[in-house]
Amino acid sequence: HLATSLPLPSERDHLRPRIDLIAFMIDIKSKYSLKNVEASLAHVDASFFLGKVCFLVTGVGRVNYCSVETNAVWKLRDVYSSPVLYCELELEGIRVATAQRLLRMLQICAGHIPGVSALSFGSLMRNSEDE
Amino acid sequence: MDEIVAEYIRRTVLKIPRHEIKTMLQTWGFLSEAQLQTVNFHQTKDSVSREVVQLCKDNSADIKQAALLDIIYNHVYPNKRIWSVYQMNKSGEETDFFDLRDFKKKFKRRLQTALKNVTINFKEYEDNAIWIRIAWGTPYKKPNQYKTSYVVYHSQTPYVFISASVIRSTLPLLCQALVVASNYHDIREMELRSHCLNSLKDIVFKRYSQTFQTYYPRPLQERNVTSENVDLRIIQENKNEKERILRVNREVFGDGPQPKLEFAQYKLETTFKSNPSLDVSDIKEPFRCLVKFSSPHLLESLKSLAPAGLADAPLSPLLTCIPQKARNYFKIRERKGIFPGSFVSP
Repeated sequence: HLATSLPLPSERDHLRPRIDLIAFMIDIKSKYSLKNVEASLAHVDASFFLGKVCFLVTGVGRVNYCSVETNAVWKLRDVYSSPVLYCELELEGIRVATAQRLLRMLQICAGHIPGVSALSFGSLMRNSEDE
Repeated sequence: MDEIVAEYIRRTVLKIPRHEIKTMLQTWGFLSEAQLQTVNFHQTKDSVSREVVQLCKDNSADIKQAALLDIIYNHVYPNKRIWSVYQMNKSGEETDFFDLRDFKKKFKRRLQTALKNVTINFKEYEDNAIWIRIAWGTPYKKPNQYKTSYVVYHSQTPYVFISASVIRSTLPLLCQALVVASNYHDIREMELRSHCLNSLKDIVFKRYSQTFQTYYPRPLQERNVTSENVDLRIIQENKNEKERILRVNREVFGDGPQPKLEFAQYKLETTFKSNPSLDVSDIKEPFRCLVKFSSPHLLESLKSLAPAGLADAPLSPLLTCIPQKARNYFKIRERKGIFPGSFVSP
């Protein structure tokens, strides 16, 4: 399901399946996108932040056009205890690889991988980042 | 043949893209078909231009012929210059019949009595457009063929499109001559400027697609969502909002292509209003600020702002009123009264 902001329109509540993973996309070229994500985060139930939320930062290939500071992204990562993935959607190879990573995360969050829970995977990613 | 004329023709030919030279010379009609056959148009432009000049020398071209070639070049490539729009007013309701010869005579006479050294040439086109080329000199110097102004006058309308020369002092003289020659009362500049002459004509003659009030709650959808890569597994949550944005956008901009403008400029003469909690005292003098929007195609980019998620729909009327008001230079002044706001001055 694609949405431009949260909360989701209520008229489709009955049509929506269970949500296993929320990926917030931040375009590094647009401060507006960061503000939008920060505003939408307020509408997410706290239980999602136990491994079912991730941040996807796009547009990192164009170094000259960065509008969003890395510090701002790290702050989000720390405050909401959620992993950050960086990608460049304009390059097909990276696009495909990122999609595969997200899909893998989704499988874990939906409980399809026995032995690995969303929470344990989230803390695994967090620990590996700090090292 | 005058060396100045020869050089001018050579430089004009050099401006023309190589594959267009032959057609433009044929339109010009000064060199015969037989003469054009003798020129090899596949060699370098430099050589082509020299051969053409030699043929012109054989035919004894004068400045009139050279000026005509220049008009033809500018008619085909008007977008290399910036055009301003002027509107003329008649005081009474006399509907004089437009007499072309009379117009040309009066125009030339007016300019030449004021300034002896001018070259004036006319060319009429099918759509009632009269192209005038003026090369300016001074009371002591012959006209400089490279310092030219161009005027496009549609005789059935009060509008004149002027691409002025770099010599600013010639503009009032030019306007005066136009008013006198066309039997109008006065002329005013319309604060509308662009490189694209056809778009200026579209705006002023209202030839672009205008929006009208529709009473349908939703417009008929010609295109369904069965466009190229729609994966039915992707569900757009904000479809209603997206449709609202598209609908509002369509109501404001219409369906057809927008006229091509390159900039919009807003000169603010409003006082600075600060948040009362900020420690800035209210400054009484106007805060001088100039906001300029520029784009290769301004109106199309404004039209695509809301659907791309970069702005809220509907856009500010200051931006969307550009074609209706036929201007792209605005002065925004303080509205004096109980409710301070801002309004656009005429």
